Amino acid sequence: MRSLYISLTSEFYKSRKTLAFWAAIILPVVICGLIAFGFYSDTERLLKANSPGLILWGRYSGAALGVMGMLILPFYVMFMAFSVNNIEHKNDTWKTLFAQPLNKFSIYAAKYLYAVLLLVICLSLFLLLTIASGYLLQVLVPKLTFKDYNPTLLLFKFYSKLFLASLGILSVQFVLSLIWSDFLKPMGIGFVGIIAGIITANVGWKHAYLIPYSDPTLALRVTRVKDAKLEEFPIFTQEIWVSLAYAAVLFIVGYFILSKKNIK
Amino acid sequence: MSNFAIETVGLNYHFGNQTVVKDLSLQVPKGSIYGFLGPNGAGKTTTIKILLNLLQSPTDQVFVFGKELNANRIASLKRMGALVEQPAIYAHLTGKENLVNRCMLLGINKNKSNEMLSLVGLVEAANKKAGKYSLGMKQRLGIALALIGDPELLLLDEPTNGLDPNGIIEIRNLMIELVTKHGKTILVSSHLLAEIERTATHVGIINKGQLLFQGTIGDLQSLSKPLVKIEADDLALAQNILATAGAEVLQNDGKSISIVYKGKEDMGILNSTLVQNGVTVYSLAQERKDLENLFLDITSKN
Repeated sequence: MRSLYISLTSEFYKSRKTLAFWAAIILPVVICGLIAFGFYSDTERLLKANSPGLILWGRYSGAALGVMGMLILPFYVMFMAFSVNNIEHKNDTWKTLFAQPLNKFSIYAAKYLYAVLLLVICLSLFLLLTIASGYLLQVLVPKLTFKDYNPTLLLFKFYSKLFLASLGILSVQFVLSLIWSDFLKPMGIGFVGIIAGIITANVGWKHAYLIPYSDPTLALRVTRVKDAKLEEFPIFTQEIWVSLAYAAVLFIVGYFILSKKNIK
Repeated sequence: MSNFAIETVGLNYHFGNQTVVKDLSLQVPKGSIYGFLGPNGAGKTTTIKILLNLLQSPTDQVFVFGKELNANRIASLKRMGALVEQPAIYAHLTGKENLVNRCMLLGINKNKSNEMLSLVGLVEAANKKAGKYSLGMKQRLGIALALIGDPELLLLDEPTNGLDPNGIIEIRNLMIELVTKHGKTILVSSHLLAEIERTATHVGIINKGQLLFQGTIGDLQSLSKPLVKIEADDLALAQNILATAGAEVLQNDGKSISIVYKGKEDMGILNSTLVQNGVTVYSLAQERKDLENLFLDITSKN
């Protein structure tokens, strides 16, 4: 455990000046900022529509969530998984990392965990900023209906689902970036994967959930159970289990790849 | 308790079908500077990687401070510091941050990084990105990284690579100081004998994965017998006279004769004998086969 903690703090220290780390913060700030600005500059139309709180929150958060599941999140995950491993490939530091008096598995697990934590940071910020900026708009334009509905639980569940659904992609990309030190191979495969994910999810292929790249898109399709509240949708659906299974298997596979890899 | 900091027993290592290290039995005594010599591609770096457990060695073949490496990986690595090939440095971090990061990994006080920076003369460049360092500066930072955990055993793979003459001398003095004042053991690899000759107490020569020589630097020097080169007008006659006088003729290349040097008096007698028998002696010069040639001889034999 000590090895894991030490390695994890070192990962934060090493990458705090890299784009992968800052993107986890900049991405939600910029996107939520743009959406808030867009809504603020178009308040008249919103007031005319006079939708109830739930619908308004739905439109507001949907602006981020919609593009998110399909594009932004998979691309960020791809880039981040690449960056976490590339820091060692680029500097030829795998050898020194593994020559430290630390448990090998902890070093590997810390890297993976770090990637997962970046994803958590990114998505939590999206959640927080969406809610915060919604209430800010309410303060700026008191006639809006944001105050009529509390979206915390609903959005928390959506973002949790999105997080779990993207663990599959994260693990695939993590292992690909572990094997190859260059940018093109993991990015190329990831790109094709994302396109395939979008297509299969949108044409409604019944086995689409087996492709990890389509899981975030599928995870956001929530069917409302009759007579139930909107918040009561299940989190652990089929595609979430698939994503978690990919993550678990590839996490173990990744360790074997790394320990078998000749550290040149 | 073993007296060796490093001991390998009949170590073999293969990359696929290719044998990189063959029946290697290194014995690095505690408190020594062990010069690990060999031409490029001889298996030096591979051996160092095995010693760091970066490459998996067969069980019971590698011992560090008397303990089997695979079974005591973490405990052994705690006592070792290493610089392998080009120093592994995070280019986007400053020199100081690189050291602080290593302090975190080793669980030691971060102030140690300042001490190391002044030791290797990088105080002024401490806050410069390590990617912008010159080759020599990177090498110094690499040495600082190897030393920061205050290890008992240092493995340095060609540490003077890319350093200017001043830097080479500094590293040399640092190595001597570490061993004499702080009781460390250093294994330093190189393909240049001249570099090792000045500092090493022990030498191991490796070529094509095999250890060809191992012993103290004195042992290595005694391998090379001093000889005397004689130039004269009639070499054939001179050779006959020398042979009858009991000198051991090593070589007659048509320009000069080489014989084994036995002592000053002996040389005087041989000279008079030659002159008395009508040979005009142009020159008599004592020569010592330097270690460089010895090294070439040893490594080219297999």
